[in-house]
Amino acid sequence: MRRTVGVAAASAAVLLVAGCGGGGPQAGGEEKLTGDKIVLGVLNDQSGAYSELSGKNSVTAVEMAIADFTAKYGDKAVTRNITVETADHQNKPDVANSKAQEMYDRKGVDLILDVPTSSAALKVADVAKEKKKLYFNIGAATTDLTGKSCNKYTFHYAYDTYMLANGTGKTTTEQIGKNWYILYPNYAFGQDMEKSFSTAITAAGGTVVGKDGAPFPNTSGDFSTFLLKAPTLNPKPDVLGTMQAGAELVNVVKQYNEFKLRDKGVGLAVGLMFLTDIHSLTPAALAGTTYTDAWYWNFDAKNREFADRFQRKAGTRPTFAHAANYSAALQYLEAVQAAGTDDADAVVKGLEGKTIEDVFLRNGKIRAEDHRVVHDAYLAQVKPQAEVTEPWDYVKVLKTIPAAEAFRAPSADCKL
Amino acid sequence: MSGFAQNTFNGLVSGAFYALLALGLAVIFGMLRVVNFAHGAFYMLGAFGAYVLLTEVGVPFWAALVIMPVGLGLLGMALERAVIHRLTKLDPLYNFLLTFGLTLILQDLVKLRYGVQSSPYETPSLLSGSVNFGLFDFPTYRVFILGFAVLLCVAVWWVLTRTRIGMVVRASTERPDLTRAFGIDVGRWVTPVFGFGIGLASLAGVLAAPMRAVNPLMGADLIIVVFAVVVIGGLGSIFGSVAAGFGIGLVQAWGEAYLSAFPIVSQTIVFVVMAGVLLWRPAGLFGREEAPA
Repeated sequence: MRRTVGVAAASAAVLLVAGCGGGGPQAGGEEKLTGDKIVLGVLNDQSGAYSELSGKNSVTAVEMAIADFTAKYGDKAVTRNITVETADHQNKPDVANSKAQEMYDRKGVDLILDVPTSSAALKVADVAKEKKKLYFNIGAATTDLTGKSCNKYTFHYAYDTYMLANGTGKTTTEQIGKNWYILYPNYAFGQDMEKSFSTAITAAGGTVVGKDGAPFPNTSGDFSTFLLKAPTLNPKPDVLGTMQAGAELVNVVKQYNEFKLRDKGVGLAVGLMFLTDIHSLTPAALAGTTYTDAWYWNFDAKNREFADRFQRKAGTRPTFAHAANYSAALQYLEAVQAAGTDDADAVVKGLEGKTIEDVFLRNGKIRAEDHRVVHDAYLAQVKPQAEVTEPWDYVKVLKTIPAAEAFRAPSADCKL
Repeated sequence: MSGFAQNTFNGLVSGAFYALLALGLAVIFGMLRVVNFAHGAFYMLGAFGAYVLLTEVGVPFWAALVIMPVGLGLLGMALERAVIHRLTKLDPLYNFLLTFGLTLILQDLVKLRYGVQSSPYETPSLLSGSVNFGLFDFPTYRVFILGFAVLLCVAVWWVLTRTRIGMVVRASTERPDLTRAFGIDVGRWVTPVFGFGIGLASLAGVLAAPMRAVNPLMGADLIIVVFAVVVIGGLGSIFGSVAAGFGIGLVQAWGEAYLSAFPIVSQTIVFVVMAGVLLWRPAGLFGREEAPA
């Protein structure tokens, strides 16, 4: 799928005039942009479980970034020829691997964006390293992207398991209850989440009184064994921490409500939740649940303005993944603009250590040590149904977690 | 003790879904010699239909419980007339291609319109509380599912063993050639039986809507286990499929509860049981070896 964005007839005419006048970027002796254009590649899940929380609407967000960049720089832009390539990786590491190679080698992609599903994300990091091309991961949670699998060309943009565990685990332990029962899907992501949460809970003075790895995928759709076990543990847990995602999270929450665990004194904390999950479960089913959000559309006027523009294009409110894709594309284009070239090494040099403020990144900084993009995160709580006054406004932000605390210190495992 | 009783109860509830789905598969296979891979898709359509009826038309759960099985059962009959009946004379591979292809089409049509995100469906208010069993509380809705499924299985058993229609169906299931030789028109019953099987799957779907994630892939996830259930029970054996359905529900629930220290075991236990049964009795627990042709 190929889309050329934002080149209306009028601006094309302006470009032609500028080009003839000798002021265009291509006028210089050596070619500054490969192929005299910038190609952004969005590689994500476009048909499966993660296609609503990111998917095609992330492509829309990237197109918005291109339009905003072009509008901002006008004739001074390094190029007006910026296109988007997109592909569906179906959450499969091998598909992600081959699509990423195809993007870099054959489609002339300068930057790959998004890539949810940790196992697929790590594969693409290897490809980026090998091809020496840029990769901003947004959709995946694994801290390995900035740990043992880090590399010079890979940046981890939006969130990770440490951020989720630190925000939710620490604050919930301090404010809601000390005893936890953790339920996690038994595969890489779930195990990573369980470890991160256990560490954060213990550090905050809490205790993990029980933890269970549920089958993944859970073909029966039934979690009742674990949910019934929770209130019978000794000491009784105050909080059930579920690390399930997508449809499995929906099952856990439905059955949590069915067994009335909240009435039995067991609160609910969710490891990873997107706005689209709350929408499908309804706020009534989740009222009072706390979780850590990387960004919320109705947090302030700036976010809301972006969300309104996004809604006009996509027909829905943006998740944090959509906003992060917008921001990442925009910041990459800014870096190319500043460097005057799309040469990956030059762009990396410009990005490292850079501090950034935009609609997604608050107090944002691209750490030079491990390429973790740190920024403010938010402890959020789902509103009771009665307080939901407009569609998609399901959450109140309890607390802003400062960028310096939200993410872990650079890992010793990472050698760029 | 109460923990064990609760786990057992939950196993039976999961088993109720397996039993309803496996029962439909068994009667369809018995009558048509068609393994209906699209069964999971009809389960999903049942749940989605209930959701659409509730949110877009305002039709409550109780009405959906009748409308969806009847409506989708009729659709099943139309499909049988249009395409499925052609399979009987073809290589079994075509059976797989057609019914699996049908699954993909149905799933993607729903995906196209409603996306992949799960859709919300509330428990009907009449059934939203919990029942006290002395030792433990149990959600009313689960009690209802279990009672309803057991009643339904008993009713099906009664029809099959005590009525003339049932006799014909059983006879055509077990020895279609011989039944035909007695002058009974087996073909006349094929379409309604297919529709009935589909109706059971849709009914299970409606029942699942309040407690499971309603999304286009919900049937695809479940159907793998249901096929294991059918194989364990004995392909085409009506009693076997119901017994194996409840049995596997129990095995899964106990496995999760008491073998949680060995996640590998609790995740694969159904298939381990299946492999064991096949080694011991290749035709399944209640199946009969097919006479060599």
